[in-house]
Amino acid sequence: MSNTVNATTSTPNAPAPANPTPITPTPVNQVLSPSREVWLSMRTNRGAMLGLIFILLLIFCAIFADIISPHGYAEQFRDNVLQPPAWQDGGSWAFPLGTDSVGRDMLSRLIYGTRLSLLIGVIVVTLSLAMGIGFGLLSGFFRGAPEISIMRLMDIILAMPSLLLSLVIVAILGPGLINAMIAVAVTYVPHYARLTRAAVMSELSKDYVTASRVSGAGTLRLMFDVVLPNCLAPLIVQATLSFSTAILDAAALGFLGLGAQPPTPEWGTMLADARQFLEAAPWVVTFPGLAILVTVLAFNLMGDGLRDALDPKLKR
Amino acid sequence: MLRFTLSRLGMVVPTFLGIIFLSFALIRLVPGDAIEIRVGEHGLTPERHAQLMHEMGLDRPMYVQFFDYVNHVLHGDFGMSLVTRNPVLQEFGNLFPATLELSIAAMIFAVVIGLPAGVLAAVKRGSIIDHLVMGAALTGYSMPIFWWGLLLILTFSQQLGWTPVDGRIGVDYFFDSVTGFMTIDSWFSDDPFNAFVSSLSHLILPTIVLGTIPLAVIARMTRSAMLEVLGEDYIRTARAKGLSTFRIINVHALRNALIPVVTVIGLQVGTLMAGAILTEYVFAWPGVGSWLVNSITRRDYPSLQGGMLLIATIVIVVNLLVDLTYGLLNPRIRHKR
Repeated sequence: MSNTVNATTSTPNAPAPANPTPITPTPVNQVLSPSREVWLSMRTNRGAMLGLIFILLLIFCAIFADIISPHGYAEQFRDNVLQPPAWQDGGSWAFPLGTDSVGRDMLSRLIYGTRLSLLIGVIVVTLSLAMGIGFGLLSGFFRGAPEISIMRLMDIILAMPSLLLSLVIVAILGPGLINAMIAVAVTYVPHYARLTRAAVMSELSKDYVTASRVSGAGTLRLMFDVVLPNCLAPLIVQATLSFSTAILDAAALGFLGLGAQPPTPEWGTMLADARQFLEAAPWVVTFPGLAILVTVLAFNLMGDGLRDALDPKLKR
Repeated sequence: MLRFTLSRLGMVVPTFLGIIFLSFALIRLVPGDAIEIRVGEHGLTPERHAQLMHEMGLDRPMYVQFFDYVNHVLHGDFGMSLVTRNPVLQEFGNLFPATLELSIAAMIFAVVIGLPAGVLAAVKRGSIIDHLVMGAALTGYSMPIFWWGLLLILTFSQQLGWTPVDGRIGVDYFFDSVTGFMTIDSWFSDDPFNAFVSSLSHLILPTIVLGTIPLAVIARMTRSAMLEVLGEDYIRTARAKGLSTFRIINVHALRNALIPVVTVIGLQVGTLMAGAILTEYVFAWPGVGSWLVNSITRRDYPSLQGGMLLIATIVIVVNLLVDLTYGLLNPRIRHKR
């Protein structure tokens, strides 16, 4: 039912695959699935591919952290406190990126940190996406009082600087990783709610919705089965982009001492611990921040690439 | 215009009431005893506890308490700080100029560098300059600014010794606060020039840190707005008339590209306030951002409550002003239903 609006694009001038057997009749009007079309567009975007490769690497690190990290993330080597990275004087390859103030291996902590960062991204995005889609669908389908009250609530959340709102929520719930994730997720809900509502409103006026309504589809079926699949493109882009801001915001809360608590190897929390050793041991500050920056950059590159691939207006 | 102004005001009032409700709810949602949270004392006798409950009106129905709170807020009473025992509004007023000075400096930094960088990237589209500018902008946009601040302190303050690590001015300068802006007040000291230089050297690194994200946003926005404008027919006309490239870009293209850019600049207030919290914390800058973080760790909830309300109010008012200015400048927005 819903695929009536998915533009079925023909590819008359797609490059023919370099096939050694010459005469294989390929169908002239081969129909590309939407996901394949997006992939083809993404593949030409060098930045997006770079981001994707780095993200795959991160996922690999997160899954196999127990195997690839040289030491445990909380294991303390009291004889090797604040040891510099291997390539500096006094460093050794036993601790390639050096050790922190209680002798824990920096590299191992960073590798275990990928788990937390990806987990933060997934949970924050899922939470905010679920709430945002819910609010957006409700306000798009039920105009009038429900719409006004939901959108006003979203305005209130948007009026607060996001970090301030997260701080206030953490102040109420208490510091900790789970509470920090909830606090960050709440600040993203309005973006998803607005996107969903706008998409729902433009879809509702289309013929295919009327057709399924006439053929007897109930409101719930219209919401989730008919309209929602056609509103997903902007939501996917926003989700990728907020994956990166979620990691950034949760790290900021960790840095302020309100997110994950030590000895959790969350990158922002590691920075908060390391601050006092800024001059004596720059590496304990440099690497966790670099990890945050590169991860966020990778997700932003991929998000930008996805947006270009999914938004036909930007295609040239 | 009146109709437009009224409709925008009508949208702001419920938001403002919602924010007041949020701050009213905040102190009631914090786990712990209502009186201990407000008075900051522990182990009160039951009699004293009941007496305080009555004095503070906490034994009254919730809606009465809410209207009472709204009444207080509208009269400028935001409660007392538990740590200093000063009115929250007074504390905020003392610290806000520091945040404002930093934010203005950061915004100037962002515009002065971001705007030309965006224009350059658009004009040299596809060149190495374009890639460099956009790469730098995306990196800036992805920057954990708290780490960026630490890196700058490490490099410029500790290794090179060029700038001070924290604070707003050297400890050996004394003068009365007139405007609250150190770069202005320093001129009233005994040694104006050196005091000014000292305040400026304290301001540089926090400015760069706070300005980084707005800078990236402005550069990206300027580039895309310029690209759109450069494809318009009137630019081709201008070229055909034989105008110099400099004139075409700076007069014909940039002025039209500025409309979306100015809106984006106006909407950065919220980002600036969020960034100020982290920047001030890193540089021990005595502004409202670090004060808010400290009031959480000190469990000074009245300060957090009042500070949150005041900052949200400032953001709402500035966004409203941006909206109204935009309507004033662009009739299409004004008459849109």
